[in-house]
Order: sequence, then C-alpha cells, then structure tokens
Amino acid sequence: MGIIKALKLGFDYQRYDDDGNVVDMQRAVNDVNLDIEAGEFVAVLGHNGSGKSTLAKHMNALLIPTEGTMLVDGIDTARETKLWKVRQKAGMVFQNPDNQIIGTVVEEDVGFGPENMGIPTDDIWKRVDDSLEKVGMTAYRYQSPNKLSGGQKQRVAIAGVMAMRPRCIILDEPTAMLDPNGRKEVLEAVRELNRKEKVTVILITHYMEEVIHADRVYVMDSGNVVMQGNPKEIFSQVDTLKAYGLDVPQVTLLAYELKKSGVDVPDGILTTEELVSALCQSN
Amino acid sequence: MIRDITIGQYYPAKSVLHRLDPRTKFLGTLGFLISVFLFHTFLGYAVATAFLVAMIAISKVPVKFMFKGLKAIVMILLITVVFNIILTPGEVLWRFGIIKVTREGLVLAGRMAIRLVYLVIGSSIMTLTTTPNQLTDGLERLLRPLNKIRVPVHEIAMMMSIALRFIPILLEETDKIMKAQIARGADFENGNLIQKAKNMVPLLVPLFISAFRRANDLAMAMEARCYHGGDHRTQMKPLHYEKRDYIAFVILAAYLAVGVVFRAVGL
Repeated sequence: MGIIKALKLGFDYQRYDDDGNVVDMQRAVNDVNLDIEAGEFVAVLGHNGSGKSTLAKHMNALLIPTEGTMLVDGIDTARETKLWKVRQKAGMVFQNPDNQIIGTVVEEDVGFGPENMGIPTDDIWKRVDDSLEKVGMTAYRYQSPNKLSGGQKQRVAIAGVMAMRPRCIILDEPTAMLDPNGRKEVLEAVRELNRKEKVTVILITHYMEEVIHADRVYVMDSGNVVMQGNPKEIFSQVDTLKAYGLDVPQVTLLAYELKKSGVDVPDGILTTEELVSALCQSN
Repeated sequence: MIRDITIGQYYPAKSVLHRLDPRTKFLGTLGFLISVFLFHTFLGYAVATAFLVAMIAISKVPVKFMFKGLKAIVMILLITVVFNIILTPGEVLWRFGIIKVTREGLVLAGRMAIRLVYLVIGSSIMTLTTTPNQLTDGLERLLRPLNKIRVPVHEIAMMMSIALRFIPILLEETDKIMKAQIARGADFENGNLIQKAKNMVPLLVPLFISAFRRANDLAMAMEARCYHGGDHRTQMKPLHYEKRDYIAFVILAAYLAVGVVFRAVGL
C-alpha cells in the first residue's frame, strides 16, 4: 500500500456571500487517483491554475476533499482526530521562503515543528542538529533568517519539515521565487534527502527541468491528471505537453525537432549528454 | 541596507548580565525602578547610583549606549524640571515677575530628574543585554499565571515574536513599494502635512494587502507544521534559573532591603 493514495479525489472552492450562502463553486481538482509508494520521487506538473497546489494541500490535510478520499500512510485525512498525525507524516514546504519561517534564528525555526509535536527538549536539539546537517545549513544556525539568500531560506524550511521526521515531504513550487542558483541548491538538497534518507518526495512545479530526475511524473490540467509515467514517457509526447501549456526542456525539444526533420534519435531525451551520445551513435 | 537594522537595542557581549535568565533581569529591573521611588534623600540616591554604576560596569556595554535612550525623553525631562522649579510653592530664592524659584522646587525638580533618568537607564540595561526573543520568552513565563484568568499569554508572546521577525521584512517591502510608486510618479517628499498624509495612501494600501497575504501564508505554514496553540507544546530553549540567577535575586533583595530600611528610618 502506497504512502499517499488518492481515490476519486475531488475538491470545490466555494465562494460565500455575506450571509454565508454558497454563491459560486469552482472545481479545482476532479476525479484524481494517485498511488505513491514510499521512497519515490514524484513530480506533479501543471501550469498555473491546473489544480496542482490544491492537490498538494490535500496531502497535508490543509484541505479536506469534497469528494473521494485521501489516505496518508493509511490514515484518512478527513478524520479530524488524526489531523496532527497526518501533518507530521507529510511535511509541506511552500513557495514563499519568507512567509513560512517563524523563528527569528535559524535553529529556532527548525525546532518549531518538534516543539509543536511535544518532543522533549533534548530530543528537539538532536533533531535540529540532524536536520540542519542534512540540508547543509549547520554553519548558519545562529543567524537571522532575514540575512539568508532565497535558496538558503528554502533549505531552512526543508530542515524545519525534516525535523518533524516525516515519511514524505511535499514541496509546493519551492523554487518559483528563487534565482537559478537557489533553484539548483534546493533541488539538490531535495534529491539528496530522497536518495540518502529515503524520504518520499512529491515535488509540485511548473519547471520541466526539475522533473527529469523524478521516478514518476503526473501532469495536471484543469483539475484532472491528464498524463502519468516516467519522465522519458512524458517528454516523448512533446505535442501533448504543448497542448497543456507546458514547455519541454530545450534538449528534449531539440531532439524532437531533429527527429521530425529526419535525424535518427530516440524519443524522450532528457539531458544534453544523452543527446550527444545519441547523435554520435547515429552517425 | 535596510536588512541590517536590529530591532530593539540588543548589544551583544559576553557578560554575566547577558547570561542571566530574562525573568531575573525583568524582575531585577522592576526592583530597581521601585527602589528609585523608595529612595528620596541624597544618601539614598547615592546608593542607587552606586548600584546602577555597578550594573553598567558588569554589563560590559559601552556607557554611551546607556545614554542613547535618554535622547527620547529630553523634552519630557526639560518640561518636568522647569515646571517643578517654577510651580512649587515654598521659600522663594529668586523672583522675576510672576515667576519665582523656590528651594522646594529645586529639590523636587532634582529628584524628578534623577528618577526619570534612572528609570530610562535602568530599563536600557535590560534591553541592551537581552535579545527581543528572550524578553518575549521571559514575559511569557512570568505572565503564565494570568492564563488562569483566561489571558492568552502564549498567543500574545507568539504574536510578539512573529511581529519581531516580520518588522524587517515589512520594512523592506515598504521600501520596495515606495520605489515602485516613485517610479510611477508618486510624491512622498513635498506638500504640507495633510498632503503628505494623503500621499501615503498608495503606499499603505499595497503594504496592508501584502501583510494580510503574508499573514495568511504564515498561518498555513504554521498549521502545516502542527502548530495548535500553547497546549502540549514543548520548548527547545526552556528557561532555567541557574546559580547566578539565585545570586542575582539575593543581591536584589539586599538592595531593596536597604531601600526599605532607608525609607523607614527617614534617611
């Protein structure tokens, strides 16, 4: 049984008038089925308004499905008594690094989650040391988060989630507000956690380059999961991706165009090295 | 540049005062403030001065930082002194028209000035040696009994520390919005007071909107990290009274005892 499982999940955003009556309903997620295994690196792709963030918020019980069920490690997120357990198992990292750091000192922020969980003091310190080490931010532990770069802040946020010892972390467009260096830094930290700590990672993003290392990719469009498969399978369907308003990585696009004009290269090329070796062999 | 401003006036140094528990410092300051009102003779003020000087010396904070706080009260100080001198009835020393200076007035003015100055310096010693975070922690612990009468102490402390964290961020944002509005032709410099206030509207509206958005994001992030108020919450840095805190309390008690005795025997 997977760590995160969605069954026919549906969610409506409701708008209320002044008297609290529903005036408008907007379908944000529609009939989504997911089954994510422990230890996987899964990416959810989609352009703005495709429902990917809404889906992510379900995995952390920030939103409760209007239809269907969401199971996190076997717990139904709709069960209010298990709310904190769900949130401890599935940690969440948000888009804006400034708006998710609570502490005025880096180490205090990392300790915030364990404090809320009621972990004994000695244990909190162990977890904080551990998590900072894992994201490579130990050197900055006594600093104010305001003095860090965007990528560093995001790594602190990841450490804050890791300190809760979650079984999976959900990253909701963690790199959208970062510069290219910060983006790389954060992604490397995430991949490292996935590889070494065997944490399940669910990366929500609209940057194609970030998903090529994923084990599995889900593509979302207007609330529905429209494509799923490994990156190679997804990126070999360049036209379909374009129809959903997504850009494929440049290398993939180049390989695709080459193929169209008659050069013999395989489908779904993801990295420059791959394309180079494919081209060398075809000659 | 704007990132570098420090909130509060904490002066980092390694002194016994810096390491004291914030609760000790808070109660100590309170004790000192009370003592300033207990003493009312020259000898008494000499004792208070000695105590204050000793504290400044122990704190290892340069004296000029202590006096910085006085700048803010210069006007109040002047007004208090002048009014006390000319409005106190008693033995007239010097007269000019309806203005008369009395001996009692001079004494009273001097006493008021000393009290005000000592109040400010006394509390400066606390804020200079304690980080805002420690202060919030200390206050939370000291006010905890108020929980019984349903004062949300933990929530207030949490709000204070979040405010402290977001002040630099919002300042930076203000700076950004200001520049963006100036680039669009807004004028924050010219005009009279009313016009200037009016010109602030295009600055304040976006600032408020963004502050609310941030608050919303932050609340969600806190909930995602299992925040559910102060119940069943443990602390990463719990406050403990150490040996030095007990020593400090003994010194404080002795000092206050001197004040009470002086008052009782009328010194």
